Amino acid sequence: MKISWWKILSIVLLAYAIVGGLLLPVPELPQLGETIRNLYFHVCMWFAMMILYTFSVVYSIKYLRTSSFKFDIKAKAYADVGTFMGLLGYSTGAIWASYTWADPNNPAYASFGSIMREPKLIGAAMALLIYGAYFVLRSSIIDMDQRARVSAVFNIFSYAMLFPSIWIIPRLLPSLHPGQEGNPALNFNDIDLRMRIVFYPAVIGWTLMGAWITNIKIRTEMIREKNIL
Amino acid sequence: MKTKLLVFLFLVIGSNLTAQTNSIKNETMADLMRSNGKIYVVVAVVATILIGLIAYMLRVEKKISTLEKDLKK
Repeated sequence: MKISWWKILSIVLLAYAIVGGLLLPVPELPQLGETIRNLYFHVCMWFAMMILYTFSVVYSIKYLRTSSFKFDIKAKAYADVGTFMGLLGYSTGAIWASYTWADPNNPAYASFGSIMREPKLIGAAMALLIYGAYFVLRSSIIDMDQRARVSAVFNIFSYAMLFPSIWIIPRLLPSLHPGQEGNPALNFNDIDLRMRIVFYPAVIGWTLMGAWITNIKIRTEMIREKNIL
Repeated sequence: MKTKLLVFLFLVIGSNLTAQTNSIKNETMADLMRSNGKIYVVVAVVATILIGLIAYMLRVEKKISTLEKDLKK
């Protein structure tokens, strides 16, 4: 078995992200405390999601240009793992928010209503639900060529919808979520140097792990569909 | 007879445990795992999960590779 260099890179970077992410010094901020280390895990999920969705839409466009069935398989696999990463990002964010945003004097369900009204959370949920519709659409069309074509077009629409739902609208509305101005976590002025040396490798590591899972999904699908490829 | 044996056993085990806490204090590894609010325990737990995940990924990778090889033949 030959392992590609980028899979080994993913292992190395993830090991560094976890050990360094938990042990290296971080800035001390009120309210956040040690939970600031979640930046290396929660935010990386969203980065990985965005990059995997970008791959997915590229393969969808490639399918529409060539009608080659293997691009459809790739687009589907990338959207699958992208959505998986998005769900992980959403649930880790929910845990993080319940210990930093919620008022400890109130019962959890009292804060829940206001937390769930956060524009960033609603936007992310919308984006994920649109991708959910993509999977529903796929499974509802029996004819293979039609399924590939219609879902490729819908995938482009879903990708376009990511921009208003997770990039634009949340920035126009007040929110507790950081990153109101500029690009959260990418802006060189709002992220500490001590965190950057772990954060960027962590982003690459988690994205490559997502790509690895996708790679295995694609190859499984290629074997399953070997008769028509 | 049985109860007496059990009581005796528990006593022996209990004495062992206190002996352990006394002797462990001097070992460096044990000190590391118990320092800084025991954060290293968290590192060990998360590292175990990561190792498990990677081992699983490598296993699936191997299976797929053999399948691909069989198909080419």
